[in-house]
Amino acid sequence: MQTITAFLVLIAFCVVSFFLGRTRSQLIAKTRGGASLHSLPKHYGYMAAAWAFLPSVAILLVWTGLESSLIYSSVISGLTPEVRALSTDQLGLYYNQLQSFALDQIDEAGLDEAQVAAAQHYREISASLAYKKIIVVLVAAVAGALLALRRIKPTLRARNHVENMLEWMLFICSFIAVLTTLGIVLSVLFEAVRFFQAVPVIDFLFGLQWSPQMAIRSDQVGASGSFGFIPLLVGTLLISIVALFIAVPVGLMSAIYLSEYASRRFRAVTKPVLEVLAGVPTVVYGFFAALTVAPFIRRLGESMGLSVASESALAAGLVMGIMIIPFVMSLSDDIINAVPDSLREASLGMGATMSETIRRVVLPAALPGIVGGILLAASRAIGETMIVVMAAGLSAKLTINPLEAVTTITVQIVTLLVGDQEFDSPKTLAAFALGLVLFFVTLLLNIVALYVVRRYREQYE
Amino acid sequence: MNKNEDYRTTALIQASLRKRYARERRFRLYGMLAVLAGFVFLFLLLADIIIKGTPAFTQHYIKVTVDFDRESLELPQDFTSEDLARADYGAVIKLSLREMFPDVSIRAEKRRLYRLISIGAEYSLRDMVVADPALVGKKRNIWLLAHSEASSYLKGQVTAATEEAERKVKDVQMRWLNTLREEGRTELRFNTTFFLAGDSREPELAGIKAALVGSLYTLLVTFCLAFPIGVMAAIYLEEFAPKNRLTDVIEININNLAAVPSIVFGLLGLAVFINFFELPRSAPLVGGIVLALMTLPTIIITSRAAIQAVPPSIHEAALGVGASKLQTILHHVLPVAMPGILTGSIIGMAQALGETAPLLMIGMVAFIMEVPAGVTDPATVLPVQIFLWADSPERGFTEKTSAAIMVLMAFLIMMNAAAVYLRRRFERK
Repeated sequence: MQTITAFLVLIAFCVVSFFLGRTRSQLIAKTRGGASLHSLPKHYGYMAAAWAFLPSVAILLVWTGLESSLIYSSVISGLTPEVRALSTDQLGLYYNQLQSFALDQIDEAGLDEAQVAAAQHYREISASLAYKKIIVVLVAAVAGALLALRRIKPTLRARNHVENMLEWMLFICSFIAVLTTLGIVLSVLFEAVRFFQAVPVIDFLFGLQWSPQMAIRSDQVGASGSFGFIPLLVGTLLISIVALFIAVPVGLMSAIYLSEYASRRFRAVTKPVLEVLAGVPTVVYGFFAALTVAPFIRRLGESMGLSVASESALAAGLVMGIMIIPFVMSLSDDIINAVPDSLREASLGMGATMSETIRRVVLPAALPGIVGGILLAASRAIGETMIVVMAAGLSAKLTINPLEAVTTITVQIVTLLVGDQEFDSPKTLAAFALGLVLFFVTLLLNIVALYVVRRYREQYE
Repeated sequence: MNKNEDYRTTALIQASLRKRYARERRFRLYGMLAVLAGFVFLFLLLADIIIKGTPAFTQHYIKVTVDFDRESLELPQDFTSEDLARADYGAVIKLSLREMFPDVSIRAEKRRLYRLISIGAEYSLRDMVVADPALVGKKRNIWLLAHSEASSYLKGQVTAATEEAERKVKDVQMRWLNTLREEGRTELRFNTTFFLAGDSREPELAGIKAALVGSLYTLLVTFCLAFPIGVMAAIYLEEFAPKNRLTDVIEININNLAAVPSIVFGLLGLAVFINFFELPRSAPLVGGIVLALMTLPTIIITSRAAIQAVPPSIHEAALGVGASKLQTILHHVLPVAMPGILTGSIIGMAQALGETAPLLMIGMVAFIMEVPAGVTDPATVLPVQIFLWADSPERGFTEKTSAAIMVLMAFLIMMNAAAVYLRRRFERK
């Protein structure tokens, strides 16, 4: 809360320094006998505001980041040695209790006296830190603004100064994409490494059994905690292949029809309607798969005398296929449209029919691009989560029968991380190892696909 | 080559032509069928959800003659308003039900009888009496909310055709409900609870308001972060970026980020924002940040396209009269590119609104009854609410899930329509 207050005060102060800077520049110009300013008065105002804002907001952010650990170390150092000798987990729990007591003043019953005293200490120290924070931030803001105001001279190139700062901000914004990727790789890698300290990489990559429930006691039966990744991989691929079996023919044929046969008006209406399929939230597909398609397939299978699991790979794959139809369609459509008309005209001029032209000339010419598009669709199918979470099941069976229930990488990530979370059990960390694999597999597919698509495009341009 | 042979060749050619034309027609038909298949899938999906979800917008009420007897309410002689708030309204409802069906005497049967009325009816009676204490001691005909199972029978979703053991509504309950219906004691009303309540364990009391508000806060955070950052990044890349290694890396990164599975962003949020920065779990703040990082590539890519589409003449004219590069962009290029940028941003926001998986990772799957009051309160969002309800075993939640999906889709369609409208206007210029 204090952070927000400090921030609002800071913004108000920036507005004030903007007006101060503007007025001061005008005054100086006037007192110097109407000397002309290098920049517009508002630029001097912007400069003063930026000088007030940037350093102080940096201080505010750093302070807020450090605050909780400062309070923590101060409170912990005030505790008795016995308490400090507790294990990290117990100490954390102890600290959390007193912290929630200090913040909300509830459930005193479960606390001992030392905790109540420490909570008092906590309250005092956080209040004084909050107070100091506002003071320090304001002092920085005032100092920055004063410095800027002092520098104002008619010859000062305030506009260039402000524009330089803005340009840097623009650069930082575009750099956030890199930071995000870096964040993903580092966070996933960091936890995955901790996982691989407990479970050997070889066991993970080539193990044939996946049952992540850890045994609580060493003599426990049934919950061995084996982390073999192969069943998940097979399950993921099985569902993705079923999905591609639906999406590729339908998507490709629709793209061919729309780009080669359909009238302009038909295309203008049809394409956006089919693209609605891409905009439907995946959780809706999951619901559709779990409550409509899966029971339907099961009944259908039973009437034909087949045994179908109530959560079958077929149901999940089918619905996922529907989801990626528009994806395959628009990618293939782009690529078919990129094939130059001269090729078509040559073929048609030789007396080939439209379908012969498409099959013998257009498709072979577009093939690498289409393959790239299918790879992109496959990467999307592998990374898709909600449909499989709701319709694919949890049993990590090693099977290639689409009528059985399988589980996928994304399903396991969700089941491992939703609910209880201790960040030192291999069970939780395994989710990050799976995330790492998922990230790299889809990244690889995407890079290959983008490379293929782009390279092919350039051949005709 | 005599005439005969000539004729034969023509016949051969004609035969093969027929075959080729047949093949042509078939190929064309396959294309038509593929397009049709897409339409059929879309139609099935929407029809399934609309058919399943429409009943959720109405709710049954049952007219019960409630006797606000002081003793059965367990009120003391001189009761205060506090006593009124604590009184046993459940007992009153049970008593009234027993009076309506006096022949019910077995315990199990009684329990079935009580199950006709929702638990929520107690609270609505309480509110009624607290608002008007003069009711105590009087008898009134009051419309009480029906239990979702009773309602599902009245709506015709459960019929006597299914085996009794396989349905929750038993034969006796059906008989009672039929009697009530014949006496005109049942009524179908528009379901306001669905829009005004938070989540609940009871299907008939569950609503989407908490999830809607949660979605709103989350989207607000997403927009406040993704829009300025995305537009600024697009400006940099389109107008300022030098051609060097670093900007290449940035561009490749943006393209790759657009294709990273959404659940990986959830892992990022969990590891970085919740574990490292210790931001609150289940909060729209973290959800919004994660979704902002996810939608950032979409916004950057579309904004760049919009900036690129601005005619160079505008650019050159501004530079020519002495504007600085930044002034040119801020005063001339951006206003022209704005509709395109907004289109892209709306599409990005629509994606964010429908996203579920990363939010599961950061704990937005909590059971939330109360409407969140800020971006740091525990909250859930509409897609996650749909996910949670879809998992509920009670039959009553199936229709609620579909109805929530209809609401979500309505928002998405509205957003996309806005994007299409903006794009049209943009194209005309």
